Amino acid sequence: MWPDRPNAADLHLPPFGGGREGGTHLVTFYILRRIFGFLVTLLIAAAVIFLLLDLLPGDPARFILGINATPEAVAALRLQMGLNDPAIVRFGNWLFGMLRGDFGLSQTQKLPVAGLIADRMAVTLPLTLVAMVISVVIGLPFGILAARHRGKIVDTALMILAQTGVAIPNFWFGMLLTLLFAVTLRWLPPGGFTPWTEDAWASLRGLVLPSLALALPQAAILARVMRTALVDVSSQDFIRTARAKGMTFGEALWRHGVRNALLPVLTILGLQFAFLIAGTIIVENVFYLPGLGRLIFTAISERDLVLVRSATIILVLVVSFTMLMVDLAYGLVDPRIRERRA
Amino acid sequence: MTWRSLLKHPGLVIGLSATLFFALLALLSLIWTPYPIADISIARRFTTPGPEHWLGTDQLGRDMLSLIMSGTLTSFTVGAMAVLIGVGIGVPLGLAAAVYGGPVEWVVLRFSDLAFAFPAVVIAILIATLMGPGAGNAVIAIGIFNVPVFAQVARGGALAISTLDFVAAARLAGLSKPMIALRHLLPNIASLIIVQGTIQLSLGILAEAGLSYIGLGTQPPATSLGLMLRDAQSLFLIHPWLSLAPGLAIVVIVIALNIAGDGLRDALDPRLRNRGLANVAG
Amino acid sequence: MRVTKSLALAGAGLLLATGLAFAQSSEIRVGAPLEPPALDPTAGAAEAIDVVVYQNVFEGLTRIDQNGAVQPGLASDWTISEDGRTYRFSLHDGVTFHDGTTFDAEDVKFTFERILAEDSVNAQKALYEAISAVTVIDPLTVEFTLSRPDGLFLFNIGRGDAVIVAPESAANNATDPIGTGPFAFVQWDRGSRVILEQYGPYWGEKPALTKATYVFIGDTATMTNALLAGDVDGTYNFAAEALPVFEGNPQFKILVGSTEGETILSTNNAKSPFDKLEVRQAMAHAINRQEIIDGATYGYGVPIGSHFAPHHPYYIDLTNTYPYDLDKARELLAEAGYPDGFSATLKLPPVNYARVSGQIIASEFAKVGIKLELINMEWAQWLEDVFANKDFDLTIISHVEPFDIGIYANPDYYFGYNNPEVQALNETLNATTDEAKRKELAQEMQTIIAKDAVNGFLFELAQTGVWNAKLEGMWQNAPVEGVVLRDVHWVE
Repeated sequence: MWPDRPNAADLHLPPFGGGREGGTHLVTFYILRRIFGFLVTLLIAAAVIFLLLDLLPGDPARFILGINATPEAVAALRLQMGLNDPAIVRFGNWLFGMLRGDFGLSQTQKLPVAGLIADRMAVTLPLTLVAMVISVVIGLPFGILAARHRGKIVDTALMILAQTGVAIPNFWFGMLLTLLFAVTLRWLPPGGFTPWTEDAWASLRGLVLPSLALALPQAAILARVMRTALVDVSSQDFIRTARAKGMTFGEALWRHGVRNALLPVLTILGLQFAFLIAGTIIVENVFYLPGLGRLIFTAISERDLVLVRSATIILVLVVSFTMLMVDLAYGLVDPRIRERRA
Repeated sequence: MTWRSLLKHPGLVIGLSATLFFALLALLSLIWTPYPIADISIARRFTTPGPEHWLGTDQLGRDMLSLIMSGTLTSFTVGAMAVLIGVGIGVPLGLAAAVYGGPVEWVVLRFSDLAFAFPAVVIAILIATLMGPGAGNAVIAIGIFNVPVFAQVARGGALAISTLDFVAAARLAGLSKPMIALRHLLPNIASLIIVQGTIQLSLGILAEAGLSYIGLGTQPPATSLGLMLRDAQSLFLIHPWLSLAPGLAIVVIVIALNIAGDGLRDALDPRLRNRGLANVAG
Repeated sequence: MRVTKSLALAGAGLLLATGLAFAQSSEIRVGAPLEPPALDPTAGAAEAIDVVVYQNVFEGLTRIDQNGAVQPGLASDWTISEDGRTYRFSLHDGVTFHDGTTFDAEDVKFTFERILAEDSVNAQKALYEAISAVTVIDPLTVEFTLSRPDGLFLFNIGRGDAVIVAPESAANNATDPIGTGPFAFVQWDRGSRVILEQYGPYWGEKPALTKATYVFIGDTATMTNALLAGDVDGTYNFAAEALPVFEGNPQFKILVGSTEGETILSTNNAKSPFDKLEVRQAMAHAINRQEIIDGATYGYGVPIGSHFAPHHPYYIDLTNTYPYDLDKARELLAEAGYPDGFSATLKLPPVNYARVSGQIIASEFAKVGIKLELINMEWAQWLEDVFANKDFDLTIISHVEPFDIGIYANPDYYFGYNNPEVQALNETLNATTDEAKRKELAQEMQTIIAKDAVNGFLFELAQTGVWNAKLEGMWQNAPVEGVVLRDVHWVE
């Protein structure tokens, strides 16, 4: 059996992503089985998304034309949008279209969905990455510091800080950040996003506050994970050996402990990536960023079904793929597993 | 766990008492609040905290203390129902995966993947548009997320125990797999599930706040801490208290639950401490 | 996908030449709460479309000014035949579309034939159905023939739904709008903003602004921050609840104006118990109008007693038809056979005024025993359930069409009011061109509707703009949807 690896739940990851995997014997077989599972997940997800969206009440054509439209105008638009085809035909068209890389045409925006999603990804992806960088830069040193001073006042203070970090709703924290850094100090923009092609520096500045809001709970989680991982390894033989060789506890922890603690940390990062990429919608609202989450949110209220289903399946794809990578990396990297195979 | 061992974990005591305090306050709102929460009176809105309204009144003249009591109840209820969904579906799945292995395990894991792969916000939006927004939505969306979490905890815990002697003995005694799961595995992972439950409860309360903030959770005239935050958000610069009160309530409740969860984990059966869920989290 | 159009225009070059020092004084960033789904005002009902393009990118034959009066637009003047059924328009010379093509009478003909076509997707097609022919007399003269006189014809052709489009570009207007207005569309960063720039060869008087950016910010708190941080220069309709943030701040000014939005508690007249006059009267007596106005609009809404805009010359004050009186309400309920009240649902669309008014009304109605269950809905669902399928008891909605009392003459309209007297009056009104007579008819209709308590008449929505104190020339009122930038300029 593969050793249990951390799961989203006990790391206080909010419920927006994450997963884990256990058990088989041969790595290649494991990989194949895992990839097969990934594909099955995608197919089922596509069916679920399509079914759910088909059940949604509200006529997209009527929504576009509003309350004074004549029934004929609504009927004409329905025909134009292809809403009258049978469901199975539309499902088939969608699946095969996607296999060819054609995600369809947005019903309200009249543009190819693939391009719309790519544009939003240009915001959500950097936002996620910046948030992860911030959470690493804050979380890991704090975790190491806490472990270094385990049981002392520094440790307690940092862990109280971490508890608070996890407990503050991120949209609320974002609001407070804006009031301080944008409205009062005017150091950073209160929101909005300048396209990368126009002024990359301005784009980056626009991502700082939302990234901070997203990063706070993640940093708190990382600090806790790092601390526990270090506390765990510090009781193990190689640390004792290192100390016997004359290293101080701090040196031993740094040289050997941190390296060994990186595995659970990397796993957490994978989970956090999956969570952040799909879970930024609320923060995107607070900072009016044109990200993927908001795209889906508005598309659903506008009944742009083509856009919603393609954007959702892409999110599912990204999250599942990240989970797949985490699982595979975990299986291949963990030294204990290699030993077991030998 | 005896009372004496409980005292060795001050975090547990503090966390549990704070949680209990809020839970009681919430339950009290079922039979009594200082003012009815649907009682709107524009004439008395934005009252500052005072003897008549201990925490003041909101933008519709409703008593803030009453709203916080009732809102806490909603937040707890949504979180707890979501945990129940997670436990009710996830634990049997996890146990089945552990005792049967093979294809059953594979299917359970794929199901977990599927549930994880759907962002909870997107599920909530879809359900909200399907059935209209409401607290029920939040319960289902968060509950779906909880299912794979509990499935994993149950499976991990069960696998850890199943190597122990008494399980082997039960197997030799000819007990069927479901019976082993029910008689021997379930009781032994119960504490693990309780710990995970407190953590998921705190996450559920945060998630409910987020969903209500974007308008997909609790709907008026009912209230929740998240909905109060949403209503007060645009008034923050004028009446910051309306936002601070529910915000701080959320923070304190979540911290209390997390401390209680950590304390419980520390006080856990040592056999499980490093196996099921506690191997990295602090 | 970002839609960029390379603008080989004089305006663009001018902008570069003036440099940064002048950039501040000729550019504006307008905050808008909703992003339009597309930018073609002739193929969708979204208000957000008109906010960006109406009179900025696109123009009609006539144009509506900020007081709701009709002004010449692309047509310099017009003559109307005796019987009111033939309109002959003279068009401005030298007008070009932003893609360089020339505007002439053929474009007018094309535009209206497109609106009236079988497969038209114009949201307001019904407004133009009186048009029976559009004839090109010469390139700068066009004649409209109507099947019946239409008192609102000149107003209707000035709306965003009837702006003039060109056959060469009409199909792409949703993503790349090409009109004749003073501003040309440059770029749309989806989810974020639309950029317009001054169109150099514009036929009319050049606007003071060289560049306008519409920034889409849905959240009130976020909009507040953006205004305070100077990230946007103003917004045309800001949530009343947060206005105190800007009151007394010398850097901002608040413009309070009127809209055409009659906000009503729409009542399903075709359904029991609302088919009983006493029940509707009881509800009218149970409504504390001032409390709703204070609660939902922070006092900015204007009370109405019938379905008519208070700033209109035909308006009469009927707010005292059924004054707030709980005893009277209980009495009427008892008369109607509901001494203990009844239960009903109140379906609310996703707009703040409706959601808050709904809560207040539920609390008010509870005092006379009417128990309301609040059901919050999204727009798409509300349109289908309430508006199209008439599956509702009560709802709250603002009817933003100008002069729309005619909806009470349509028995198939969603609130199901069927009164032959009103229908006859409306028919006479439509065929009447004499002002005094029209006023009399309209007032008679208002009175009957108020007495019948068809719907709960709550308030006229106000428009509350927040702008940088150094900006001038913005519309204060909103007779039609739009944020017209023509006269907006910075002052020192």
